[in-house]
Amino acid sequence: MAVKPRIKLDRKEARKGDLVEVKALVAHIMESGQRKDKDGKAIPRKILNKFVCTVNGKQVFAADFEPAISANPYIQFKFKAEESGPVVLTWTDDDGSKIVGEEKITVT
Amino acid sequence: MNFTRRQALAVTAGAFAVVAWPGAIAPALAAKNDAEDLIRKFTGGKEPAKGKIKLDLPEIAENGNAVPMTVTVESPMTKDSHVTDVLVVADANPRAGVATFHFSPASGAAEANTRIRLAATQNVIAVAKMNDGSVFIDSKQVKVTIGGCGG
Repeated sequence: MAVKPRIKLDRKEARKGDLVEVKALVAHIMESGQRKDKDGKAIPRKILNKFVCTVNGKQVFAADFEPAISANPYIQFKFKAEESGPVVLTWTDDDGSKIVGEEKITVT
Repeated sequence: MNFTRRQALAVTAGAFAVVAWPGAIAPALAAKNDAEDLIRKFTGGKEPAKGKIKLDLPEIAENGNAVPMTVTVESPMTKDSHVTDVLVVADANPRAGVATFHFSPASGAAEANTRIRLAATQNVIAVAKMNDGSVFIDSKQVKVTIGGCGG
């Protein structure tokens, strides 16, 4: 699924030690596996179950999602600016596919 | 024995207080699903203390499909003292698990916000684990008008 996540950093440039806030939204059905279709068959679960954010290759935040996360999952968190580099956000689907988004942070 | 109305009320209130006391945290954990098990597994059987962790949710959610939730843990987030994981469970969803957040000193702040599904009016419970092994808990009741798990 070629989905492009929407990612927003509250600043593109930060001083070393500053807290940078990340907001990200990704389009995904997040099918819980609890719902039934009109024939009464359970709709198989399909969710993004893992989220990882790395800055310059170092993990700063991660989350495990359960079916109780809303469709089109939104996530907001912070990280401490240490060095300039790419901010990479990766969501992993139940089927193993990945949705990746990238932003840049400049640390002075 | 002749009680006046006032005395009778006082005695009744006292009795309730005594009944409620041993379950200071327990009512929040009187779960219908696997919430308690998940928490126990997460804490490793440790009794979580109140404080430090704060769970922010609306008191009334009109739509259980997307309830904004913020969890914040007070911590300096240094190498010596930081939050490692935060578990969020909901005690009346078909499955209790909601999310687990993983922090490190590189996170700078132990704070996360997301939107969750709530099937019915219930308690949402957040448990934080520190790097020294201590655990903290907070819970909040959310009244849900329209449930958010299909059906």
